[in-house]
Amino acid sequence: MTVALPAVDHTKNRGWYPVAASDDAVAGHVVAGRLWGSDLVIWRDENGTVNVWPDRCLHRGVRLSLGTNTGAELVCRYHGWRYASVAGSCTYIPAHPDNAPAQSMCTAVLPVHEQAGLVWTTLDGARGSGALGASAEPFPLTLGEVDALPLWAMTVNVGGGTIAAQLDDLRMKLSDAAGVDVEVVLQPVDPAVTIVRPVAVGAPVTGIDVSRLDVAAEVLAAFARRRESESASGVGSPVDRGDDGGDDRSAGPVAGYGQVVAQGPTVSTDLLEVEVASKWETAEGIMAFEFAPIDGTRALPAPQPGAHIDVHMTEGLLRPYSLTNGPGDTVYRIGVKREPESRGGSAAMHDSVDVGDRLSISRPRNTFPLRRDADHTLLVAGGIGITPLLAMAQALASMGAGFELHYFVRGPDHVAFAELIETLGSRAVVHQGLDPSATGEVLASLLAEPGFGRQVYACGPGPMLDAVRSVAESAGWPDDTVHFEYFQNPNEIALDSTFEIALSRSARTLAVPAGVTILDVLRANGVAVEASCEQGACGTCVVPLLDGRADHQDVYLSETQKATQDRIAVCVSRAETERLVLEL
Amino acid sequence: MNSRSDDATRRSVGDPVARNLWHAIVATPELEPGRRYATRLLGVPIELTAEPQGAFSARSGAQDLPVIERYGYVWTSLGDPAPLFEIPEFDEPDRRILNAGTLQVATSAPRCVENFLDMGHFPYVHTDLLGAEPHTEVRDYQVGTDAGGEIWATECIFYQPKAAANATEGQLTEYTYRVPHPYVAILYKSCAEDPTRSDVIALFLHPVDEETSRAHNFLCMVDSVNTDSGMRHFQQLIFGQDKSILENQLPKRLPLDPRAETPIRADKSSIAYRRHLTELGLQFGVIRSDESLVAG
Repeated sequence: MTVALPAVDHTKNRGWYPVAASDDAVAGHVVAGRLWGSDLVIWRDENGTVNVWPDRCLHRGVRLSLGTNTGAELVCRYHGWRYASVAGSCTYIPAHPDNAPAQSMCTAVLPVHEQAGLVWTTLDGARGSGALGASAEPFPLTLGEVDALPLWAMTVNVGGGTIAAQLDDLRMKLSDAAGVDVEVVLQPVDPAVTIVRPVAVGAPVTGIDVSRLDVAAEVLAAFARRRESESASGVGSPVDRGDDGGDDRSAGPVAGYGQVVAQGPTVSTDLLEVEVASKWETAEGIMAFEFAPIDGTRALPAPQPGAHIDVHMTEGLLRPYSLTNGPGDTVYRIGVKREPESRGGSAAMHDSVDVGDRLSISRPRNTFPLRRDADHTLLVAGGIGITPLLAMAQALASMGAGFELHYFVRGPDHVAFAELIETLGSRAVVHQGLDPSATGEVLASLLAEPGFGRQVYACGPGPMLDAVRSVAESAGWPDDTVHFEYFQNPNEIALDSTFEIALSRSARTLAVPAGVTILDVLRANGVAVEASCEQGACGTCVVPLLDGRADHQDVYLSETQKATQDRIAVCVSRAETERLVLEL
Repeated sequence: MNSRSDDATRRSVGDPVARNLWHAIVATPELEPGRRYATRLLGVPIELTAEPQGAFSARSGAQDLPVIERYGYVWTSLGDPAPLFEIPEFDEPDRRILNAGTLQVATSAPRCVENFLDMGHFPYVHTDLLGAEPHTEVRDYQVGTDAGGEIWATECIFYQPKAAANATEGQLTEYTYRVPHPYVAILYKSCAEDPTRSDVIALFLHPVDEETSRAHNFLCMVDSVNTDSGMRHFQQLIFGQDKSILENQLPKRLPLDPRAETPIRADKSSIAYRRHLTELGLQFGVIRSDESLVAG
């Protein structure tokens, strides 16, 4: 039911208001709502969580309420941008399948509470990712409680009887001689429209006499008339009707009404604090961990398939681990293999980190982005290399895309995350106990046919990746269709050259002496560059190369990318020319 | 009186750039001799008349306006316009020239132009016609401005599921885009019948007011196969799909501040277009960088 109600008090739009009935926010659907002049999109994910966001795609401002609810993500109707439930992070931009969206691409996320059959939100707490509910006041409404000081009270003659009405911004209570019999909450939509929503007061919603809701509408209409006449005669406070756009939802922000700014947060590079929620041995020598946000209401940024986090250990140790997350997961899941030659990372994770411990981790970073524009994607995993490919497989499965996952392990006890692999059904094939030549034969048959719209992703031990590389090359796969993630760089790094680097943005020239990496020179001169593995495997430190030729020593860039000479991994690579110009 | 109309009128009066442009108002065949056509241009009421002997006149209140007939449309201006841009293909004798439809859209003309220049939406908005998932990539293309100040986007490659009526599988198709006028966008696409020549498809926008446009779909084709109604139907199907997006895009005026929305590499042509409008000093249908995005 909607009635026209003049705006009442613009300073009051800071509390909790209903924006939809819980029944409207059906899983799998997307609805549009409006509150105090702000357009909102409301959608429920497959876990039952309701999202309330500004109803605008960050990219070109198209209403997200036209989009598709996949159960875990909301997909914009215009260009297919995907936004993760809860966190609001953009996880994929189809126009650029080989690029990982920047972390700053995140919609504003409003606090949500469901009570009394309604979805409630507050514009006051509208903040970016990770702030869900954190800044909002605790949900304050106790239905049935009588306001000490109702803003307005009036008496209305309805149907031969007298109804006493108490009204404030949020709700209206009607009582006759027999006492309170209808209480409704009000959703202030814009200056011209208020939605009347019945709630149960000590009785189920179905117990409300529907005819009394008509009374509520009459009371509101009477109230609106009185306000108008007061305004016309200069009595009371002026009533702001805005323009006479009526139901013109396109009118945009109306003077005096708040507008949620549809921009994401300023991305902080701060570490995330997480709690170890679970730990189990998922395969021989492989420990699985799940990390949950410490403040239960704060959402972790949604990772993209292929992303990793750095776990910060004591004494400055920092270890990258790929996330196995699928769409809709609200905790981070990693697998850690105990390395006999562990420099301390995997042993510490296995032996010293327990459920309930708190850890500092980086925000997810994606240097192994998954193209989702392939007709068919082949995922090849060896051992612990399953982790990023498992994230990719789940993402492709959720989109209904064609893919196969081939997982090479030593034996049945070495299959990690078997329960997740099972959900992939026949699309996942586990190869057990093959020697290198048998592995080579399987790879040769898997990679026999390059073709339009086919992509390969491989992660595993160095020798296996080298085998994939050589088999793919001889089968004629273009090198930009075969993607690798190495655990480590098997190359011996030569640091004996000397050269200069010029930084285009800061207009500085620095000397790189023998024995020192470009990364170290940059750091010593206060130039911040993100780095993770520092051995040319992960790609975190790749920066644009504007002039000069690099002597590439990493295993992250493809041969084609290396030949293009437009970027360089500064942790290991050097110069073939006397000078490199870096965009820094 | 609607306060936004007041604003629109004020803005058009204060926007010499928009006033001094030619604007396509109506397809020539629709303005029969002796008929009058009343509408608004830049928020200002105007009236076009086809004289019995075939000439056209235009006026706004008591003021006579300049008129030309070109490309199958009657054009007028509220100011003192420079000569209209050229479409040389229009004068080729074997071209099929067609107004494939004029549709009103509840948004600004620049939003329509920008959408016309955009390839990334093909798989999502024109599914199985101009694009299809999963082939969603917008490859790098070239954008430049020629000596006459027109924007050209060239080497625009996109996967098209059915490049020709009898095609069974998709292929990569090359497009060239041109913006010769703030409210006009032109697409060149190689002809199915003669790959050495290009079909020319253009959108001429008539800015009724700041947030209402009439879009003329102009076709200039080398096509001996399709019927007029077949070509109209296809073009109207495509534009109808765009219309539902355009009318759900906020704000309706095109924001020129690069920070107002989130451009990506695929949006190079739109970035050039917004910069071009900024340099021209156009005001009508845009939110200039120095205007506040949020009222109140």
